[in-house]
Amino acid sequence: MIKDGVTARINSPAELEKLRQEILSQRDPNKLCITLCSGTACHATGTEKVEAAIEQELEKEGLKTEIDFRRTGCHGFCEKGPIVVIYPEEICYLQIKPEDVPEIVSQTVKEKKIVDRLLYTDPTTGEKVTYESEIPFYKNQERLVFGPNRRIDPKSIEDYLAIGGYRALAKALFNMTPEQVLEEVKKANLRGRGGGGFPAGRKWETTKNAPGEPKYVIVNCDEGDPGAYMDRSLMEGNPHSVLEGLVIGAYAIGSHEGFIYVRQEYPLAVENLSTALKQAEEYGFLGQNILGSGFDFTINVHRGAGAFVSGESSALMTAIEGIVGEPRPKYIRTAVSGIWEKPSNLNNVETWANVPLIINNGADWYNSIGTEGSKGTKIFSLVGKVNNTGLVEVPMGITLREIIYNIGGGIPGGKKFKAVQTGGPSGGVIPEQYLDTPVDFDELTRLGSMMGSGGMIVMDEDTCVVDVARYFIDFLCDESCGKCIPCREGLLHMREILNDIVAGKGREGDIELLEELSQVMTDVSLCALGTTAPNPVATTIRYFGDEYQAHIEDKKCPALVCKELVSYYIEPSKCQACLICLRECPAEAIIGARNQIHVIDQTKCTKCGTCFDVCPARFGAVKKISGEPVPASPPEDERVLQRGKK
Amino acid sequence: MDPAKVDEIIGRYPAQQGVLIQLLLDMQSEFNWIPKEAILSISARLQIPVSQVYRVASFYQAMSLTPRGRHVVSVCLGTACHVRGGPRIMDKVEESLNIKAGETTQDMKFTVERVNCLGCCALGPVVVVDKDYYGKVAPAKVKEVLKSYD
Repeated sequence: MIKDGVTARINSPAELEKLRQEILSQRDPNKLCITLCSGTACHATGTEKVEAAIEQELEKEGLKTEIDFRRTGCHGFCEKGPIVVIYPEEICYLQIKPEDVPEIVSQTVKEKKIVDRLLYTDPTTGEKVTYESEIPFYKNQERLVFGPNRRIDPKSIEDYLAIGGYRALAKALFNMTPEQVLEEVKKANLRGRGGGGFPAGRKWETTKNAPGEPKYVIVNCDEGDPGAYMDRSLMEGNPHSVLEGLVIGAYAIGSHEGFIYVRQEYPLAVENLSTALKQAEEYGFLGQNILGSGFDFTINVHRGAGAFVSGESSALMTAIEGIVGEPRPKYIRTAVSGIWEKPSNLNNVETWANVPLIINNGADWYNSIGTEGSKGTKIFSLVGKVNNTGLVEVPMGITLREIIYNIGGGIPGGKKFKAVQTGGPSGGVIPEQYLDTPVDFDELTRLGSMMGSGGMIVMDEDTCVVDVARYFIDFLCDESCGKCIPCREGLLHMREILNDIVAGKGREGDIELLEELSQVMTDVSLCALGTTAPNPVATTIRYFGDEYQAHIEDKKCPALVCKELVSYYIEPSKCQACLICLRECPAEAIIGARNQIHVIDQTKCTKCGTCFDVCPARFGAVKKISGEPVPASPPEDERVLQRGKK
Repeated sequence: MDPAKVDEIIGRYPAQQGVLIQLLLDMQSEFNWIPKEAILSISARLQIPVSQVYRVASFYQAMSLTPRGRHVVSVCLGTACHVRGGPRIMDKVEESLNIKAGETTQDMKFTVERVNCLGCCALGPVVVVDKDYYGKVAPAKVKEVLKSYD
């Protein structure tokens, strides 16, 4: 409770509700409020300058008390950041620059007029969309876990309380036994959002029943999958929801000490989490005698130091012990013997953030969302060659096509869809014919990929799948801890073979060898990093075997990506002798002059692609070719440019 | 390197194995690398063999055992940046500075690093210099970006 500006602990559910009413009574839902997305992606696009501009403008116009201004967590629509939403109408302005701010304040805030040019424009119809909820990117989502991000300031516990925060905790502690909480989560069939999709309730139960004290609960925020950042955005944008879930889980399991393992590379997440922890302690949601219930629970934050393998549960736990974060054989699961050989239950950020929802609304409600085997929603990070890059939360069972086209707005530049990669480096590549597959844990596994933590990387026709497979193997090769031989050596040899293939040195039998290596690694690697590492190779061979063949047999990269297999060539009939490529070529490999058609000296060319990039689109004279010899250049006397009459 | 600073950082934590990684991270952010003297002091104070401290310090990407340049250029080669041309940006950075990823220029001005996803995939390909983010970087823009640092 706030007394004379000093926060006092809350000692009962009644006091919590009283405080909530106090907070709400001071807030007018019809009061104008400007919110600004302050997630990491928006930071990168200059949200800090916009923030300063808004502060300054409100000050200048004397509106500081009349208008609320709130910096929120990530809204998800990172493609169009920084994002400003004006409540109560939820007018949504995109890609805001500091110079747009005076107009927003004078027009929308003061005059209630819409600034058309800052609205979302539908790329197909050209129509403007005023309200956030009507933008197709948002309209087709179901944002249960991620939704509150855009409504609250992550540094304000009052904001979290105002939207019903910690109500689930009070309910669990006072109206439910630990067993009832556990049963509810089991009944909801909450499956782990971090990778494998193991039922969280069953894991909790194992730890609860395992002999040994103390028991630990852990939040895994070591989000290492390249192309996935939902856990970070949740931790940055709504840290209290994760804390609330964790305390509820600890209560169900009978744990009094927890750890949050968060990547050092996520400074904003560490900062907002630390603030939230301090607040939660002050208010009595953490520490001794939580809310007067007699339940004690404390949390330690452990920063990770950049090792992909440390996201694996046993590796993460050894890292918390202060040892190199390498996995160990899991004949005995970490749920039974984890940190310091004590029962330790680990779930990822998104899984924990689902818990308060389940406790508040009940397992039956949760079961009404999703598919038979996968309940609730999942947050995906939709990235790569897609128009609307960002974080999307959808009910399980939605199809890949709906995600990529209805929410993601399809492929940019009129290019053709080729494949979507899900599940991070351990996942697989899914081709077009499976776009109508419903997305859930089991369906993705059936296709040879997996849900993973929810990375979804869209690839178009200009992406070479062999190169992508090589990319993932290269990544995993670096990240393999080297403890077990099949993973360490298997990846190394896979990398060699793939490097050869993309360099045009592939040999007959390479594909079979890759398949054999994959099988061995899957069978006998120590941890999930090794057993799933071949997935990107296995799925690309399965769905795009002909591209491997083209690389190996015809020395051709059909997507024109693999540097060693591609040559650059200037088409004499299209070259306008404009000198641009000649000047830009870093290797001085282009021969030509004014009015003399340019040619590339193939012996000097480093294939950097600069000429291809700089050749004006209306000429389009530079061509990439692969799998065929470069046509001979015309002799010098035929290279005088004949300019056509216009 | 200031030995008193090393002692101060070690003093922030209780002398037990569990704090080792946190301690090394603090050293890294203080000195921008982890000098040998720091490893020896940690070993002595925490009663952990030097080899074990070294093992941890050499295992993690966030820790560097060699001095780093005044500016750290991180080129994102996460999957999203990879498919949007990240490798060509890396080529360009390496070519411009005449060093490879993981290396530091002789004048100690730049260190180039490869990172695997910075979580701002919408901006890919991304280059971060110190704390400045550059999104949708074209190969031709690389030199210009690097020029603005001294």
